[in-house]
Amino acid sequence: MSTAETNLQNEEGASLWTDAWRRLAQNRMAVVATVIFGLIILLCLIGPLLFGQHSGETNNLENAFQKPSGSHWFGTDDLGRDVFVRTLEGGRISLAVGFLATAVSLVIGVVYGSFAGYVGGRTDAFLMRIVDILYSLPFTIFVILLMVMFGRNFILLFVAIGFVEWLTMARIVRAQIMALKDTEFVEAARALGYGNLRIIFGHLLPNILGPVIIYASLTVPAVMLLEAVLSFLGLGVQPPMSSWGLLIKDGAEKIDVYPWLLIFPALFFSATLFSLNFIGDGLRDALDPKSSKD
Amino acid sequence: MPLLEIDNLKTYFHTRNGVVKAVDDISFTVEKGEILGIVGESGSGKSVTVHTLMGLVPQPPGRIEGGTASFDQSDLLNASTEAQRALRGKRIAMIFQDPMTSLNPYLRISEQLIEPLLIHGMAEREEALKKAIAMLEKVGIRDAAERVHSYPHEFSGGMRQRVMIAMALITDPEVLIADEPTTALDVTVQAQILRLLKELQADLGVAVIFITHDLGVIAELADRVVVMYRGHIVEQGDVLSIFDQPQHPYTKGLLACRPRLESTFKVLPTVSDYLEETEEGGEIQLSEKPDAAAHIEALQQIEEPTVDENDLLLEVADLKVHFPERAGFFSGPTGVVKAVDGISFTVPRGSTLGLVGESGCGKTTTGRAILNLVAPTSGSVKFAGMEIAGFGAAAMLPLRKRMQIVFQDPYSSLNPRLTIEQALTEPMAVHNIGSPGDRRDRAVALLEEVGLEARFLRRYPHEFSGGQRQRICVARALSLEPEFIVCDEAVSAMDVSVQAQVLNLLKELQSRRNLTYIFISHDLSVVKFMADTMAVMEHGKIVEQGSAEAIYANPAEEYTQRLIDAIPRDSVDFIRERVG
Repeated sequence: MSTAETNLQNEEGASLWTDAWRRLAQNRMAVVATVIFGLIILLCLIGPLLFGQHSGETNNLENAFQKPSGSHWFGTDDLGRDVFVRTLEGGRISLAVGFLATAVSLVIGVVYGSFAGYVGGRTDAFLMRIVDILYSLPFTIFVILLMVMFGRNFILLFVAIGFVEWLTMARIVRAQIMALKDTEFVEAARALGYGNLRIIFGHLLPNILGPVIIYASLTVPAVMLLEAVLSFLGLGVQPPMSSWGLLIKDGAEKIDVYPWLLIFPALFFSATLFSLNFIGDGLRDALDPKSSKD
Repeated sequence: MPLLEIDNLKTYFHTRNGVVKAVDDISFTVEKGEILGIVGESGSGKSVTVHTLMGLVPQPPGRIEGGTASFDQSDLLNASTEAQRALRGKRIAMIFQDPMTSLNPYLRISEQLIEPLLIHGMAEREEALKKAIAMLEKVGIRDAAERVHSYPHEFSGGMRQRVMIAMALITDPEVLIADEPTTALDVTVQAQILRLLKELQADLGVAVIFITHDLGVIAELADRVVVMYRGHIVEQGDVLSIFDQPQHPYTKGLLACRPRLESTFKVLPTVSDYLEETEEGGEIQLSEKPDAAAHIEALQQIEEPTVDENDLLLEVADLKVHFPERAGFFSGPTGVVKAVDGISFTVPRGSTLGLVGESGCGKTTTGRAILNLVAPTSGSVKFAGMEIAGFGAAAMLPLRKRMQIVFQDPYSSLNPRLTIEQALTEPMAVHNIGSPGDRRDRAVALLEEVGLEARFLRRYPHEFSGGQRQRICVARALSLEPEFIVCDEAVSAMDVSVQAQVLNLLKELQSRRNLTYIFISHDLSVVKFMADTMAVMEHGKIVEQGSAEAIYANPAEEYTQRLIDAIPRDSVDFIRERVG
């Protein structure tokens, strides 16, 4: 039996999203990735509360550099802090930065890019030259400038990274919109009297979700790495707060002697990246009605 | 001994939905130097057949399940990759449907032309280039020595198809496979390409396998015909007997459904008037409907609505659409393209105006300017007595309900992300018509009106065939209950058998709803079937207008005559004379 007929039986509500959800549920890799990713998020959120007695902020020099054991699953670091709790605490920061900055870049990039692409002509040329100019600013100097102007601030980290990442998103969206806006279904929509906003958000954007989602799912890890770089330069997260990027950096310095300092944060980080990639792939396929397998 | 011999060939595709028997047990031969036409609609297996011969079927999902194919007495299907490659492009060459995408846009024509010679080690560079120039001249490209260094985008569609032909013939092959080489072209260009192929074939003695959905093209060209339907050959024979005494009901239907200049059908016959398909034990049985002729005769007994010539729904006067040419961001306009250059016509309510001309003549821009989808430069467009030229989006909004458009390409005119229900109900939602429940009911009614079933509502466009999609586009245009519809090449991308159904549908809707049409096409025979009055356009101007019958009977302009001559002749008399 075809999709359409099965859908007809559950009457209302078979929208792009419910169809997409059903298709996503059929994609085994995406489901596994979602479960893993969900577990990671859950652990990062509630883990530090459950294992509070090992709070990552409590220094205990007597316990420094302990191997993984029953009482410290991931071992301890140079200050005797529990690496498991540190990893989970770092995960909170990394995930928050990753998602918030990606969200910022997604919103700005999609709106800016679709507007430039849809309007076209001189407006588009002007808007895209602005993007080119912003591209040419050295990123770190830009962030330092922001820090100098507004003082060091955790929120500023999201803004700064999001502000840089949206440029590529805007270019991708613009190019896709340009290619689509002359197709006949858009012209049909205009002939039917649809408004520009309805055409952009109801007709054009759903058709470019694929590349947008793929790029967004690649942006999250890229942002996490950027955060690590900034933190290293002293512009991002500061100890005793932590992030995966910082932990990996610290761990990498001591890899010969105390490998667990690197392995565990890196495992979490890679697991997150892997699952994000599979989720992104799955979402792209699920949102494309043509990829329907039945 | 035939040059090419195909025996019991079976090519199946193994998909998730089961086995598709694309080519199912077919046998035919091609003799040296003959033109074999393979005719059938999309999905009949005609392209898969030649793709199998050329080793172009992707495996998997495709699989050759059985049969043999031999070329010059050597096995084609089981030959080693090297042996196949040595044949392909050298002794068997192929040209494709879409000349716009079949040439590499980044390489000069010269590079692409000499490549087959170099690959097969048939000539050195310099000699190859000389051959390429000679070949270009042969396919009718002037100043070949200079133009050989151009890039593909510097040629028009028809010219590119000539280049493709030159490329295929440059190795002096024994078989040329032409897969719908004229389907993407205007009728006038098609006529030129057909003539060229005929000349080249006579000149070089190459055997040609010509694949098409249009029996008219076959009549112009082929010596023998193979008719394919659903993966089977339903009939084959020499061209005269196929046209004179078709045996299979599908062939009869295919012959009848083509609009003819000299016929006066009010409703076109369709394949389903002749062909009965019944399913028995999972196998589809084809049989002939007993009283096809009487049935078609009965169809003609409809009352066509009378048109009041004085009740003008649309009056266009001195309409101009000019596009500025711009070189860069800071430069001003460097020139003007006069897409539409001062045209005037009127369309009475309930009638059809046919707008006919070659690509680039401005007919499409005219249709769009009337609907204010492109802004007219000057002139007047009066709709139901109201001046609407240059109306903006807001002013046009109430008029959108009354004026609609159906586009050429049913594949790109439906948003792939919307279900049919969404596509049909959204226009009503935008114009605040009815409650969500009402809109759904209306969508069901619309689907039924265009001959589709209500259960299709939840499907996405990609699940439909081209003809079905065009029906959906028509339903969408009807969702706002317009009085006036522009049909912009609405059937040009379709197989003739599907075209007949859609044309009949459009006519039926016209008489039922008293619709007024502007019917735009490059094919005069289609326009003549649809239209009451006709306007012939060339270079943005109307060169001739009047009643469709009168223009066909007595074309005043040489250009109009050329459009008429371009329509493939498929009368038995003509074929008898040609083969004779």
